[in-house]
Amino acid sequence: MTLSLFLVQTLNGLQFGILLFFIAAGLTLVFGVMDFINLAHGVQYMIGAYLAAMFTALTGNFFFGLMLALPSALLFGLLLEFLIFRHLYARDHLDQVLATFGIIIFLNQAVKVVWGAAPLSVPVPEILSGTVVLMDGLLYPVYRLALIGSGLAIALILYILVSYTRIGMLVRAGATNAPMVSALGVDISRLFMVVFGFGAMLAGFAGAMVAPILSVEPGMGDNLLILTFVVIVIGGIGSIRGAFIAALLVGLVDTLGRIFGPFLLRLIMDPSAASQTGRALAPMLIYILMAAVLFFRPAGLFPVRK
Amino acid sequence: MTPLPEPSTTAAPPRPASRPGFVRREWLPIILFVLLALLPFAAMLGPEKYTLSLVTRVMIFALAAISLDLILGYGALVSFGHAAFLGIGGYAVGILAAHGFQDAALQVPVALLASGLFALLTGAISLRTKGVYFIMITLAFGQMAFFFAISLSAYGGDDGLTLASRSKLFGLSWLENDRFFYALVLALLIGCYALTRAIVASRFGRVIRGAKENPVRMEAVGFSPFRYQLAVYVISGMICGLAGVLLANQAEFVAPAYMAWQRSGELIVMVILGGLGSLHGAIIGAAAFLLLEEILSGYTEHWKLIFGPFLVLVVLFARGGLLGILAKVRGKSGGGR
Repeated sequence: MTLSLFLVQTLNGLQFGILLFFIAAGLTLVFGVMDFINLAHGVQYMIGAYLAAMFTALTGNFFFGLMLALPSALLFGLLLEFLIFRHLYARDHLDQVLATFGIIIFLNQAVKVVWGAAPLSVPVPEILSGTVVLMDGLLYPVYRLALIGSGLAIALILYILVSYTRIGMLVRAGATNAPMVSALGVDISRLFMVVFGFGAMLAGFAGAMVAPILSVEPGMGDNLLILTFVVIVIGGIGSIRGAFIAALLVGLVDTLGRIFGPFLLRLIMDPSAASQTGRALAPMLIYILMAAVLFFRPAGLFPVRK
Repeated sequence: MTPLPEPSTTAAPPRPASRPGFVRREWLPIILFVLLALLPFAAMLGPEKYTLSLVTRVMIFALAAISLDLILGYGALVSFGHAAFLGIGGYAVGILAAHGFQDAALQVPVALLASGLFALLTGAISLRTKGVYFIMITLAFGQMAFFFAISLSAYGGDDGLTLASRSKLFGLSWLENDRFFYALVLALLIGCYALTRAIVASRFGRVIRGAKENPVRMEAVGFSPFRYQLAVYVISGMICGLAGVLLANQAEFVAPAYMAWQRSGELIVMVILGGLGSLHGAIIGAAAFLLLEEILSGYTEHWKLIFGPFLVLVVLFARGGLLGILAKVRGKSGGGR
């Protein structure tokens, strides 16, 4: 166990956390502002990845692909909002769960029909394909660094948008008390649509960005969706700041746990059993983290004041 | 808030049907059980083994769905980790069998005890939270159970555990007989249905329902909802654990997949699909879910393209699930949901 391994894994954890943040940001806003449980948010991530894969293959350039995938993901999100979601805002949470569960089932199958069941892969763009030496004996892929960088940039932009612009003010007000915002003369359904479309695009962006480093396959959003819910619950529903901190926390705990869990277990077990048990038990860490956070702070780390 | 229907066990003797030919709502569960009891005879005419095993599976999931409806429909406690109990029941069978204890006389008490304990521990923590946070914390415990099952490398780990045979019943291998197994599952389903019915109708059940409507008022009249909710959560977990025992026997296999969050989601879907808070709605929902899956997948491998939109349409146009449709078809305005 060396320092460089620790650093690499910390970077991996950060990168995973940033990925979670992209998805969690939209989910927490949709949830906080509209009180809408959208299980289909994970498939929007998957759709983003597929769109990026398709457009990259068509144009032969990842950046053109990304540029085309983003508006397409936005349009797709708005289409879903228009067709289905806006009829569900006034329903109770269970109806929303059932309907969005139906959408997951449909879309996971639909991508199989459209793009085939086999995983697609997207080549890492040439310009970002190398590795850099971070310190002696520590190489790290440029693409992953770019992912972390773009994540931090987007987090900053979001922060400015939410904290200092008029639309951000409305979003924050909506998360605190949506009926009151509506009563003050704001077109709440348009606000909902903006928030929804933006969330869908962010999830799509996350999918597009990981397309070169993960395989693009049906159902890729399902497990991530659950982790994203963990993130927004730990962070406090409706809080972007909470989502950011919780996302990094979950990303780091999960990644480092998978690496160091088996290592620690080796102190009390024989090595082969330790590595197997450790690998299996490590994913439990973040759920233990969530249960502990909720035990001490039942409304998350940064509860939005209602 | 929709008013909860009067449970049938407390209802006065059936009033004469005002409109002959119309099925009264209270008869629905009885008709369901009679149909299930007659089915094995009809099954002899066709592919018996296939039909029996399919409907047995439906009844086992109906049992699990009833246990969820007990807390979800009557207590508004949305457990998103209920599949954990299926797995605990299943693994109680699998692990005991792996050590040579194949008798249900030991397996069932162990399974009930284990699921009850798990429910007691996780419920005591989860019930501190409300609403969405309750959903998420139950999910967390479900996922912990899931990953714990994967880590059981001595019992198959990720791949699961194949049972050498079904459980013995006091030393006899009657469960190997599909007809006997069917009858046993049906009897347990009816028994647990009656039990949950009685619970819902009792004073205890009224406290649970009262706590769902208005916890503050319940406390004001002198009840602490927490203890009641915890008790019903434990009961629900134990019934679901029993379903897990049956499921392991039916499939002769246990795997961590029993506890995956998708499975918990499916249980919730079954309950809502059938109609929340009626208990027999859970049976109808489980049957509709599994039979539709079976039938559609027989026609096309892309059956999910039909099944997904079907769920969406049920939500958009059929409030109160399939029972809601039934009530509408009967044209009754006072038919509850």
